[in-house]
Amino acid sequence: MLSSREKPRLTRRQFVYAGALGTAAIAIGCRAGRRGEWEYLSEYQARTLAAICDQIVPADEFPSASQAGVLSYIDRQLVRHYRRHRDAYRSGLEGAQALSQRRFGQDLASLSPPQKLEIVNSIEKQNPRFFELVRRHTLEGYYGSPRHGGNRDAISWRMLGLSEPPVLGRAQYDLRKGSPS
Amino acid sequence: MNRVNAIVVGAGAAGGIVAKELAVAGLSVVLLERGKWYTANDCRKDDLRNQRTTVLGNAFGPEDDGNPRVWMDEGGLPQIALPSEGAYQNNAACVGGGTLSYGAQAWRYLPQDFRMRSTYGAPAGSSLEDWPISYDDLEPFYEKAEYEIGISGDYGGTPFHGPRRRPLPMPPLSPNREFTILEPAAKRLGLHPFHIPMARNSIPYNGRGPCMRCRWCCGFACEVDAKNGSQNTVIPIALNTGNCELRTGCMVKEILTDERGRARGVAYFDSDGHLKKQLSDLVVVSACAVESARLLLNSKSRLFPEGLGNRHDQVGRNLQGHHYTGAIGYFDFDTYDDVGPGASIAICDYNHGTPGLYGGGMLANEFIRLPIHTVDHLPANTPRWGLGHKQAMRAWHRRSIVIFGPTQQIPSADGRVTLDPDVKDKWGLPVARFSGNVHPETFEIGEVQASRAEAWLKEAGAIHTSLMAGKPHSVSAGQHQAGTCRMGVDPHASVVNRNCQLHDVDNVFVIDSSVHVTNGGFNPALTIMAIAYFASQSLVGNWKGTGMRS
Repeated sequence: MLSSREKPRLTRRQFVYAGALGTAAIAIGCRAGRRGEWEYLSEYQARTLAAICDQIVPADEFPSASQAGVLSYIDRQLVRHYRRHRDAYRSGLEGAQALSQRRFGQDLASLSPPQKLEIVNSIEKQNPRFFELVRRHTLEGYYGSPRHGGNRDAISWRMLGLSEPPVLGRAQYDLRKGSPS
Repeated sequence: MNRVNAIVVGAGAAGGIVAKELAVAGLSVVLLERGKWYTANDCRKDDLRNQRTTVLGNAFGPEDDGNPRVWMDEGGLPQIALPSEGAYQNNAACVGGGTLSYGAQAWRYLPQDFRMRSTYGAPAGSSLEDWPISYDDLEPFYEKAEYEIGISGDYGGTPFHGPRRRPLPMPPLSPNREFTILEPAAKRLGLHPFHIPMARNSIPYNGRGPCMRCRWCCGFACEVDAKNGSQNTVIPIALNTGNCELRTGCMVKEILTDERGRARGVAYFDSDGHLKKQLSDLVVVSACAVESARLLLNSKSRLFPEGLGNRHDQVGRNLQGHHYTGAIGYFDFDTYDDVGPGASIAICDYNHGTPGLYGGGMLANEFIRLPIHTVDHLPANTPRWGLGHKQAMRAWHRRSIVIFGPTQQIPSADGRVTLDPDVKDKWGLPVARFSGNVHPETFEIGEVQASRAEAWLKEAGAIHTSLMAGKPHSVSAGQHQAGTCRMGVDPHASVVNRNCQLHDVDNVFVIDSSVHVTNGGFNPALTIMAIAYFASQSLVGNWKGTGMRS
């Protein structure tokens, strides 16, 4: 009865490949400095935020937060349901940049991975409200529904072994189990 | 606008049934609902925007703009709550009310649940009381609800439930994997596990097909319409009689009264925001515990300066929901099978009879947890973010089971709904303010229930467990909100009589969870429905064409 769970459509190797393509596309977008990629964030804010989000969900054999579209998720919600958090993001990201400049003399986005982790650890301690906001929104974007711009191609659901698209209706006519009361 | 026999305020679990019963009996009815009528076409499987997870808002109302409430924080200061925030204690605002998107557990309360004071005595500071009606009074109406709404399940395994004349109309859904893991463990512990009764088709019923076992159930509308609420059962019947008109997007401002204090209709804002008047012979308030109390309190007149039916300051008191406690178990094998709705197995061994405790509650496994629900429910000492968190998500999402349950709350007169003196909603009406807390005895019961859930999980093979048992600092109401217009014999200590009629006004009825004296250790939907049938029968029986027989 329970053996019909569907295998993911992509193999793990294909996943990594798809993820890498996605990353390349994002990188090209950044270099071109295209306007209008974000609805609310500036390109500079977005790169700072991506550095933080990617510590919260880092890349391993599955994509990082920003690779999975978490920035799109947060950016979209900052002009929709999370309008009330705009000030927190603006000042929180400024604070993160200031911290990075003070400690390493560079933008957060250009730091090495261990340096980024050190800064994000400091943000968690120094500005816990902002960090918790970003942590929550990052996890929502990564593990929530793809329709909001995050969890691109339902990548986190596939990572967890959930069939995607889901197989519905497979037990619809299995009326043998269970007895009438 | 033509005068009608009855206005029903709120098209939820109770209001839909009352509208149907009155319309079938030949009364002309206007059913007013502030929300919309959603259909399966509006079903969106959105993990972040539904009625269970509301980080991006409520899918089925109310919307965050223009519908605030107020709660009192730990320091006693009033704070605004938005509808998508927990402190708001939301149910839903739509045709069907909570029953459009509920998990659909459809429980009968136990006979003792109606005589809590006789069974336990009232702890100091509580308002624990017996109902003026018994399980036996309600039994035929439980049955009617089970057959008209459509309930599947099997009470066969529980020796604790009261007698019943007929079995449930539908067999349970086939067991999911959690059921097969938990059932033998419960039996080894000497417990009595059985299939949860659910307002969900397991076979074709009422002209609609069975559940397709999808992942998105609790908090969502059903895309194949296999979940049974008032919106797809009794409300269509009411409309088909030709005697009932449903008006959506309509917010009732107040119940209008005449010089003798009797209701003559309501004033409401229609979907365009225009203030309208609808006259009627009687008014039924079915807006759920928070909003029903608020409507009565907002209906002030010369004879009722503190609100309709509130001469003795009882309206809004005894607010109660359920104190949910339990445990998560983590296993070294897959417990997840992606077969919805997820919740499948329950025990009632701990509802009553523990020496030293004022009751207890049902324990059951939880509905399917979506990935977003797992992110903050990983084993103790798991990092809250970073690579370790991501790895833990992969390790545990498919290897965990939650058992928890609605601990019956000991009510207190201080846990209440009042009108906020300052904050108004988008219609300019004073909003509900919550104050007080649940009685501390409730927390003691909850802690014991959590350890019992943990023991069951360990017996089933859990290698780690975490307890879920908090002590909230404010009232608990939420989707299981109840108690604010208590049913009783004494007009000084209750709001309505056993027929859900206001003690003071013979043509105004409150028919919904507001009248619950106590709220059982169960999801309340089926009891709300049974009371709606019970009260409708006496209402129709006492109806003499233009008014009530006195």
